Amino acid sequence: MIEITTTGGLATVQDGGRRGSLRYGVGTAGAMDTMALAAANLLLGNEENAAAIEIPIFPFAVRFTEACCFALTGADCAAKLDGRPLLPWWTHRGLAGQELVLGLPQRASRSSRAYLALAGGLDVPEVLGSRSTQLRGAFGGHEGRALRAGDMLRAGSPDCPVGFGLTPPALDLPLLVDDLPAVRVLPAAEYGCFTEASRDAFWANPWKITAQSDRYGYRLAGEKLVFTEPVEMLSHGIVPGVLQVPPGGQPIVQMSDAQPSGGYPKFGTVIEADLWRLGQAPIGSFIRFLKTDWDQAVAALDANRAWLDEAKRLLDLRRM
Amino acid sequence: MRISPLGTTALLFEAPGPAALASQERIWALATEAETWPEIREAVPGMNSLMLSFVHPPRQLAPMEARLRDAWGNGQPLQQQGRVIDLPVVYGGESGPHLADVVAHTRLSVDEVVELHAAPVYPVYALGSHPGYCYLGGMDPRLTTPRRRVPVMRIPGGAVSIGGSQTGVSASDGPSGWNTIGSTSMCFFDPARSPPALLQPGDAIRFHVERVIR
Repeated sequence: MIEITTTGGLATVQDGGRRGSLRYGVGTAGAMDTMALAAANLLLGNEENAAAIEIPIFPFAVRFTEACCFALTGADCAAKLDGRPLLPWWTHRGLAGQELVLGLPQRASRSSRAYLALAGGLDVPEVLGSRSTQLRGAFGGHEGRALRAGDMLRAGSPDCPVGFGLTPPALDLPLLVDDLPAVRVLPAAEYGCFTEASRDAFWANPWKITAQSDRYGYRLAGEKLVFTEPVEMLSHGIVPGVLQVPPGGQPIVQMSDAQPSGGYPKFGTVIEADLWRLGQAPIGSFIRFLKTDWDQAVAALDANRAWLDEAKRLLDLRRM
Repeated sequence: MRISPLGTTALLFEAPGPAALASQERIWALATEAETWPEIREAVPGMNSLMLSFVHPPRQLAPMEARLRDAWGNGQPLQQQGRVIDLPVVYGGESGPHLADVVAHTRLSVDEVVELHAAPVYPVYALGSHPGYCYLGGMDPRLTTPRRRVPVMRIPGGAVSIGGSQTGVSASDGPSGWNTIGSTSMCFFDPARSPPALLQPGDAIRFHVERVIR
């Protein structure tokens, strides 16, 4: 077991996401950086989409009530175990009584969320096929809410091999434009409803992740997107990544806790393969958007899969 | 009709024309069929639309789009005989902060807005937005009010609201771009229940005026 001793709030239990309940109005939830989640699980020999703790606010600390193996991925938070510095993207063993402390994300990593996975995955009940916290519905994860100091979480298994790590995918699969992190966008149904000038500006300029950004969505600030005429739509299904534009012209990108339907016009969709990059973008940072097409978007998913398969192959060799 | 990708995660099918029960019955029928296709994880009805989420995105979109067009062309309406749920509503006051905006936009009086809103039996066209939330058909078009220019960060569960030509009741606290005109209390969702949502497409809601706060 681990006990949460310090949390700034908003740390939640997340797995690969809840699928198959959109028809009941239940969104997928799940990790904002699914690559970091999968890597943390592979490091421990867990099922790839097992539940872990997603931490967006620091410091964050846990105490081990018994020996437990863990992995840290996502943002490099200069983690320390009883004061001893730990390597990021690495597996470690905590002993009974030891405290693990995660500090502020290192600026150079340009990341904002850390993942703490335990051997065997976090043992919380599965609800509607997933262990992810559904904040809006107040179910899943640990009691359907963000973690608090004093919460106790159990690991799925007591032990596994440790002492090795992975290179973060941001280094192996870089995507930068003018030295800013970039994500690829597939134009959506209402793309043609915006003036050509504002469409061009969208691709050419940086966009700021504003403070009104969370697991539901990122509200962006940049050169206003201008409609050629007012658009009022019927509600329809949407997915994480959809870039909606309210009449004010400042877009909102739907993120992991996105509702499964909406009615604002859609400029485009950040492709599934790049959502993990956006999930790490810190508030106040700038990002760029790259126009893509269906073939490239599918190929990008293949590239992520290949990275995970290679990581699994290398880690399986380490464990032999 | 229009078919467009939502990234590589899903495909959105939008039927021609305004939302109407006959068209929505064809959407339900299309959902029932598309859900049997091996590439499709879930077929999710919207208002006069259907979203198909993929197990894995197909290498090529065109064959899937053609299949969808054919299925829509050949589809027969799926009529559902559902339940009718009665909901008492308090209109206006603190629980209806945007009633004044609807009054201003529609140029109707408070009483007219309330009367028109509580008159119909609203069929549930689709679920979405958040767990247990129902999109309702059949709102009087005179009540049509645009969504808010900037979404509200939090409206409470039970909020009765209008967005464009639609109305609905929020099932839990959360952000919304709609205009809240009143409130009600009803548990629309319980994850331990099977199915977890109280209502499904084909069921209906009838609002009763419990009180109007001016």
